[in-house]
Amino acid sequence: MSPPPPPSLLSLAIHSALLNISRFSDLSSLPDPVLLELFEQKTLRAGKLTEKVLKLFMATGNDEILLFIEKNIQLIGAQRSSNYIGRVRCCCVFERECLFGPEREYKMSYTVKDGEVDIVIAALHSDLTSFMEEWRPIFSRFHIIIVKDPDLTDNLKIPSGFNVNVYTKSEIDRFVASTGAKLHFSGYSCRYFGYLMSRKKYIISVDDDCVPARDDKDLVIDAAAQHITNLSTPATPFFFNTLYDPFRPGTDFVRGYPFSLRNGVTCALSCGLWLNLADFDAPTQSLKPNARSSRYVDAVLTVPTQALLPVSGVNIAFDRDLIGPSLFPALRLAGEGKLRWETMEDIWCGMCAKVVCDHLGHGVKSGLPYVWRKEGGDAVESLRKEWEGVKLMEEVLPFFQSVRLPRSAVTAEDCVLEIAGMVKERLGSVNPMFGSAADRMLEWIRLWKAVTSESPTSKAV
Amino acid sequence: MWRPFFQPYHLIIVQDGDPSKKINVPEGFDYELYNRNDINRILGPKASCISFKDSACRCFGYMVSKKKYIFTIDDDCFVAKDPSGKEINALAQHIKNLLSPSTPFFFNTLYDPYREGADFVRGYPFSLREGAPTAVSHGLWLNIPDYDAPTQLVKPSERNTRFVDAVLTIPKKTLFPMCGMNLAFNRELIGPAMYFGLMGDGQPIGRYDDMWAGWCVKVICDHLGWGVKTGLPYIWHSKASNPFVNLKKEYKGIFWQEELIPFFQAAVLPKECETVQQCYIELSKQVKEKLGGLDPYFTKLSEAMVTWIEAWDELNPSKGLANGGA
Repeated sequence: MSPPPPPSLLSLAIHSALLNISRFSDLSSLPDPVLLELFEQKTLRAGKLTEKVLKLFMATGNDEILLFIEKNIQLIGAQRSSNYIGRVRCCCVFERECLFGPEREYKMSYTVKDGEVDIVIAALHSDLTSFMEEWRPIFSRFHIIIVKDPDLTDNLKIPSGFNVNVYTKSEIDRFVASTGAKLHFSGYSCRYFGYLMSRKKYIISVDDDCVPARDDKDLVIDAAAQHITNLSTPATPFFFNTLYDPFRPGTDFVRGYPFSLRNGVTCALSCGLWLNLADFDAPTQSLKPNARSSRYVDAVLTVPTQALLPVSGVNIAFDRDLIGPSLFPALRLAGEGKLRWETMEDIWCGMCAKVVCDHLGHGVKSGLPYVWRKEGGDAVESLRKEWEGVKLMEEVLPFFQSVRLPRSAVTAEDCVLEIAGMVKERLGSVNPMFGSAADRMLEWIRLWKAVTSESPTSKAV
Repeated sequence: MWRPFFQPYHLIIVQDGDPSKKINVPEGFDYELYNRNDINRILGPKASCISFKDSACRCFGYMVSKKKYIFTIDDDCFVAKDPSGKEINALAQHIKNLLSPSTPFFFNTLYDPYREGADFVRGYPFSLREGAPTAVSHGLWLNIPDYDAPTQLVKPSERNTRFVDAVLTIPKKTLFPMCGMNLAFNRELIGPAMYFGLMGDGQPIGRYDDMWAGWCVKVICDHLGWGVKTGLPYIWHSKASNPFVNLKKEYKGIFWQEELIPFFQAAVLPKECETVQQCYIELSKQVKEKLGGLDPYFTKLSEAMVTWIEAWDELNPSKGLANGGA
């Protein structure tokens, strides 16, 4: 019997590619026949298909591969657009067929490049000099979008040395005129204009009265790095881990945690906290005028699925591709003002975002990082102006707890449209503010679709 | 070591294993000691529901206690120190946790709002700020973490050194792995649900006693509107058990929990179940019906759950305490 022929260079190359498949970031340069063999003959059969690897193959745009995936692999919460990569929920105990092996083949965190991040700042104060200088060591490596509150009359003061795009009233007005947008981008809501203009995958947003905080070892906290870590490591919404985030170094899943749930899901929203001035409402702060948040809690945890939370816009980061559509300026209080406790816009869209995440199988984390919130405002004064907002939550929470989204809603846009319809139907008669909120949600989706189809998320630089 | 913290309180010691062995209890403690002979004598045939050669037998102590609150701790757990070096009074923290309300209906991002230095954040509905009664306080551990055997084998030298200064309520409908190493609960509220199952000698599984109780307890607390807190206090867990021994005990559990978690997550208790005992009996029926097919062990366990309730009611005749009353 003659010896088998030696392996061809091509087969050796494909075999080597298979062994290193989790290290690739782009397969689109491979010729189609090679790609197909790598996918069907090798990767699938070797059981090396993980979420990241599937993303890689889908990103090549190869028709045969996409068709195969459509026919044979169940995608939950997938979204198809030329730029967007399908999201697949990892092996979940609720789905009896295991999509992927329980092995955590990739190291569970995706390395985020600086070029994938936008820092979005709503300027409610015109002089941003000290704000920007305090954040310089942390923000200067990122692209920054500053949106000036259109109600601010003074010129913005921004120090040099930043890669920054500024949007002011004139840009906002021009946009509104050209799109017929029926949205308010004033006060804290001007930041949403920044979300709309961004072309990055991740957004980090802090209020302009916040500066970097120090941790319990008196070290300056890099809030941006922590948010990025939160977003690029999995979340664990289906079962509570008593040692909090199991992906943090020095910790893990505890005894009793099902192995099938240990892959986690993608984290779409990272809610940070505050030292010094906590994000209390006006009644609470007026009752306890000297209350300050001084406890540093060294934890990040996933907020479980179906548990709702009040999302504070003071210190937040999110995956714009995944849930950009569900963070919007919709609920405006009658007496909305320029202090956080005179607004509810973030609480409203945050509830929406959590419901959307729960439905699509994404995670929401809360905890680190902390920022230091500077003193400001008179809570009693604010109470006199606007106290209705706090009462609205009595309706808002039960409403969102009752929302059930149809299986056909597979994107954040679909979900928001469904929720808007329910808001109109169930809350419209309770308070006209809700009816207007629903209209603005629809308007937001219209704009989001228009803007993102025109210029989708840019690839990382 | 625990003397300064435990001495003011009544102790119940449940001696597992050979009843002829003598346990040395130092002077100065007010205690009751029960060994297997006592368990058999007190419960008669119902003693079959109490595990033998497993720490699960401790739940017998819950049953015979006449107190309102229980604190249970493993014998390899000691007093921990907080980051400032001060010794942590775990019992005092558990009492604080149990005496202040929980907030299971909406997540407070600043964790326990009743702790000094914290409060409810903006957006928290005022109607929910009274909270719910706290039934369970689940403490944590520094040093040796509570990992399962596979994780222990992969990370034998990992130690929990992170002191997380928080107590938080586990949201309604969220299950968690309850560890019995450092646990306190309101016996008058949730005691009957704290059955630690059939483990150890003659059973196919071990190291799932507290897990089982935790899942049952959480489902019942969610149904009756009570809260479960986790976080502080920390104790110092000194001994890492042998991971190979653990693997043998947990082995079936690791596979079974894939079915058990969905079972508990989907468990619905009818409105008519208004007491813990009623909830627990109902759960035992669902266990028999839905998990009996997984393994005959669960049929046996469901029957033991009923025996437990019968024994509990016998030893704790009802004073007509209504649901939520205490």
